[in-house]
Amino acid sequence: MKHYLYFPLIVFLLLNPRGQLLAQNEGTSNPGVVSGNVSVIVQQYNDDAKIGAVAPPQNIAMNAFSNILYRKGKFNGGIRIESYNPSLLGYPVGYNGTGIGYFFGTFSTDRLSVTAGTFYEQFGSGMVLRTYEENNLGIDNSIVGVRVKYNAGKGIYLKGVYGKQRFKFDSKIIQGPGIVRGFDTEWQINDAFNSMADNRTRFVVGGSFVSKYQDDKNPVLYVPENVGSAAGRFSLFSSWISFSTEYVYKINDPSADNNYIYKNGQALLFNVNIFKKGFGLALAAKSTDNMTFRSDRNQSLTYLLINYNPALTKVHTYVLISTLYPYGTNILGEVAFQADLTYKFAKNTALGGKYGTSIAINYALALAPEREYLNDLETNRVGYTTHLFAASDSLLYSDLSIELAKKFNKKFKAKLTYFNLAFNADANQVTESHGMIYSNAVVFEGVYKFNRKNSLRFELQGLFTKDDRGNWTALVLEYNISPHWFFALIDQYNIGNPIESERVHYLYGTVGYIRKTTRISLAYGRQREGIFCVGGVCRAVPASNGVNLTITSSF
Amino acid sequence: MKKIFLVTAVFLLFNLTVFGQQKGNTLPNVELKTLDGQNVYTSEISNDGKPIVISFWATWCAPCKRELNNINDVYEDWVDETGVKVIAVSIDDSRQVYKVAPYVQGQAWEFDVLLDTNGDFKRAMNVNNVPFTILLDGNGKVVYEHNNYAEGDEDELYDLILGLVE
Repeated sequence: MKHYLYFPLIVFLLLNPRGQLLAQNEGTSNPGVVSGNVSVIVQQYNDDAKIGAVAPPQNIAMNAFSNILYRKGKFNGGIRIESYNPSLLGYPVGYNGTGIGYFFGTFSTDRLSVTAGTFYEQFGSGMVLRTYEENNLGIDNSIVGVRVKYNAGKGIYLKGVYGKQRFKFDSKIIQGPGIVRGFDTEWQINDAFNSMADNRTRFVVGGSFVSKYQDDKNPVLYVPENVGSAAGRFSLFSSWISFSTEYVYKINDPSADNNYIYKNGQALLFNVNIFKKGFGLALAAKSTDNMTFRSDRNQSLTYLLINYNPALTKVHTYVLISTLYPYGTNILGEVAFQADLTYKFAKNTALGGKYGTSIAINYALALAPEREYLNDLETNRVGYTTHLFAASDSLLYSDLSIELAKKFNKKFKAKLTYFNLAFNADANQVTESHGMIYSNAVVFEGVYKFNRKNSLRFELQGLFTKDDRGNWTALVLEYNISPHWFFALIDQYNIGNPIESERVHYLYGTVGYIRKTTRISLAYGRQREGIFCVGGVCRAVPASNGVNLTITSSF
Repeated sequence: MKKIFLVTAVFLLFNLTVFGQQKGNTLPNVELKTLDGQNVYTSEISNDGKPIVISFWATWCAPCKRELNNINDVYEDWVDETGVKVIAVSIDDSRQVYKVAPYVQGQAWEFDVLLDTNGDFKRAMNVNNVPFTILLDGNGKVVYEHNNYAEGDEDELYDLILGLVE
């Protein structure tokens, strides 16, 4: 195990005996560039009965990784060393030990690029294939295999991928059982015709085909060993409007997700954007049904997903709103809509003032699809019938937010935001409550700049609900001394919990130091049990109490 | 326990030993997209011998938006005085990427904006988290990198830009 750790260091020292890689003296050959980054999170845990925090037997946990990349001419390659001893509480099962979790070499010419090893790739909007890595959540569904990209000219781009997916990590990558094969092509139509080259309106079409193979070990059912999925997309871009759409179809794919029914899956996504200087409107509509696509039909959660179903909701950043009732895509199917408006009142107008005022309004709605159940589990096992955009009246989530931001003078600016959330706790099980949770919330945020280096940022948050655990307040204070230091204090308080003994303060303090690309922070306090989401994918984080040391850097 | 410290020490050692490697070099070549769907390569980024600022951001990142809105307020002056060009590289994924153009237009940003939806440029530049700001000199070489944003950091950055053009 330790060999893994020292190996890259030795390689590096061999390549770079005196750190002289930078020097590109004329007349000597270029030895290439080594770069990388590092991230270390160490968390110490205390028992805290008041918030239900239980320390793990090791008392301390650590997640760490370091990427080391090398590039020279047409070659680039790299590795990532990962270490979990053990992984942080709430991290998904299957992250253990220290070893190499990512390795690749790429050879590229002007038109051709070939990668062997692990890679992240996305076709279109990702609804047919998207492998990505989100270390905050413990998601890494990279493909270990080969990828070829080719620019055929005349605006035609081709891509092919072949391999198995990263499943878990146990001092090395544990690969899933299925093989993934995919092909994607994109055609930039304007580049194909000289007459269109200078056209301000641009058209792009694309198509993908992805198939997976997994042998049929199911003792009861005959399941398809090869499952294919195809997608087509179209985009139009002009100076004031853009339009994109993608349709995906998957043949029947009995899996643990859909209770092994032999039903096809499909999804349709539309995005329309209208904008001019000072005005932006984004409209989106999506319908998905039975589109979980994994390289192991028996897996669940975030494991071995080949594709990605984007959630059409706004990503909130204030702590109460983003972590109490956040929406994660319903991967079995949903009908969703979103409208997002940004408008900036011009400077030196009545509403704009001297520095301009901006308003942002977002509305998102997700509904369960309308389904007609066939009750045929003993016969055909097709399960149910449905249509695209056939929504039931069962609300999964709705979210309205209105944000006003104004800069009053050179020292002070503020933002006031109102939220109205409706959250279906049966569809998204984030608390012990059931049924709908309706809440209103208000956040006032201000930034006061004392002088060039010193500033104070504060947030006053209140979330009001008669459901679940009642009302919450939060206070955030952040004092910054640019460019090196910050001090932050967060207090979340469950002021309206119906059970008086559970009206608890969650106090958390952080001191941070930043120098160029290095960021070190030391924190202590209580962290609330909650849902941590990135990109519409969420994981539950248990309550904890303790010291946290985080170091990130790149070089 | 011992193991943890050993591994931490090795990670830190790595960092110290190789500090500053990206610095002094030109950008790795990665394919990105423009807001109107065209493919561009980072090797094509240039500014006629004047400095370039590359700022990694996302529509869900509040400090990133504070940084870029603050720079937008003074951008005209920056360009007049130094000829600097700011390129905001969005790392929004396929969920949020469609909101980038409306947001950029809605906030009346004057900079170029590029999309790194698959995270290729982010990985090639070893970006741990956003905001992450890179300053290139007139020859396209990395002279400064900074992770984080606090009010006033843009003044520090501007001093460095001034240092490059004097």
